Amino acid sequence: MPHDDDDHPHALLPPDPALRVKALETILVRKGLVDPAALDEIIDTYENRIGPRNGARVVARAWADPEFKAALLADATPLIADLGFYGRQGEHVVVVENTPAQHNMVVCTLCSCYPWPLLGIPPGWYKSDAYRARAVREPRKVLAEFGVTLPPETSVRVWDSTAEVRYLVLPMRPGGTEGMGEDDLAALVTRDSMIGTGLPGVPS
Amino acid sequence: MTRAHDMGGRFGDGAVRPEPEDAPVFAEDWHARALAVTLAAGALGLWNIDMSRHARERLSPKDYVRFSYYEKWISALADLLVETGALTEDDLREAGPENTLSEKALTADKVARVLAKGGPADRKGGPAPRFAPGQAVRTRLPADNVLVSGGHSRLPRYVAGALGYVLRCHGNHVLPDSNAHRLGEAPEPLYAVRFSARALWAHPEHPDDEVVLDLWQSYLEPA
Repeated sequence: MPHDDDDHPHALLPPDPALRVKALETILVRKGLVDPAALDEIIDTYENRIGPRNGARVVARAWADPEFKAALLADATPLIADLGFYGRQGEHVVVVENTPAQHNMVVCTLCSCYPWPLLGIPPGWYKSDAYRARAVREPRKVLAEFGVTLPPETSVRVWDSTAEVRYLVLPMRPGGTEGMGEDDLAALVTRDSMIGTGLPGVPS
Repeated sequence: MTRAHDMGGRFGDGAVRPEPEDAPVFAEDWHARALAVTLAAGALGLWNIDMSRHARERLSPKDYVRFSYYEKWISALADLLVETGALTEDDLREAGPENTLSEKALTADKVARVLAKGGPADRKGGPAPRFAPGQAVRTRLPADNVLVSGGHSRLPRYVAGALGYVLRCHGNHVLPDSNAHRLGEAPEPLYAVRFSARALWAHPEHPDDEVVLDLWQSYLEPA
């Protein structure tokens, strides 16, 4: 059933990747199968509207509101939908909490699964062979490449996103943030801290 | 056996190269076009997400390794369009006459709604859960798709045959091994299963570290 001959149709397109995309786009538009205005709209959505600031709002609220946090850890998807962050590649969300005893980190070894409505399109390194291959076997060495060193009493739990469940890391709230409002807290939340390859910022 | 995409645990890839948080979402304009064309073509409804993943995975190993990320997307998309009859090989050789926009095509006004709607994978039907949280399980060995030789599977080779413990049940989800081959959604209980790093690697970095994978019921046996 899988077509394993090596004369795939894609070889008929130009080899240069930019030209290959342009050629396929042109063919699909002329065929009436793709609307160029829809392409611009999709790009605008992921360049300007859906990105890690969404996830940061969820984290900041969890830091500020213990009831929200408890509900988020129990069943994140409906709460995230209430905030308007449901959608493609975020249909089933599980939030995992970092503690002094356990650090969480997310990867997709088989492709590039990532919680788009919360974090946007994954960065290049998340989709790289090096991250996909190594995050499960040597997470601490990978973390060191991000400048993160964990104490030996902290275990690492790596989540390999093999299904349609998308994982968001809830980082530990930094010290010195007592009394801060959600907006100021959200400003401390980095994208990498929600993937688990980074830590949130500290108040200046 | 498996394919080039199944790289978890592999040696030899070198350092991960972090990027600044404010780096552009798309490093090149054509990356953005590749993503948008892929999503817009997907909205035609000619294939499902599992078929789409499998199309990337069955690029020849030589192509899978040498293609950059979005080259894989665009090449697999061309293959899917021909396989589903949306385009012919002649169309790929030369753009033909201009047609009016198909009524199946995604239009700009519908993009926000389609992206917000998503495509949930949970289903009400299917078997009852066989395993409970805390229960010991062992993954299938060999890890191959049992329905289709060389078919799509989400059981990585690095975890095949390993002993783990059920953390939680996510409910019944569409089985990619079936759905990628138009054999039906065949929903099954899906579990988050934790594995000690000691069960997976000869030289774990730390004895208490763990890896968690989402695995379907038919990937697992009681242990």
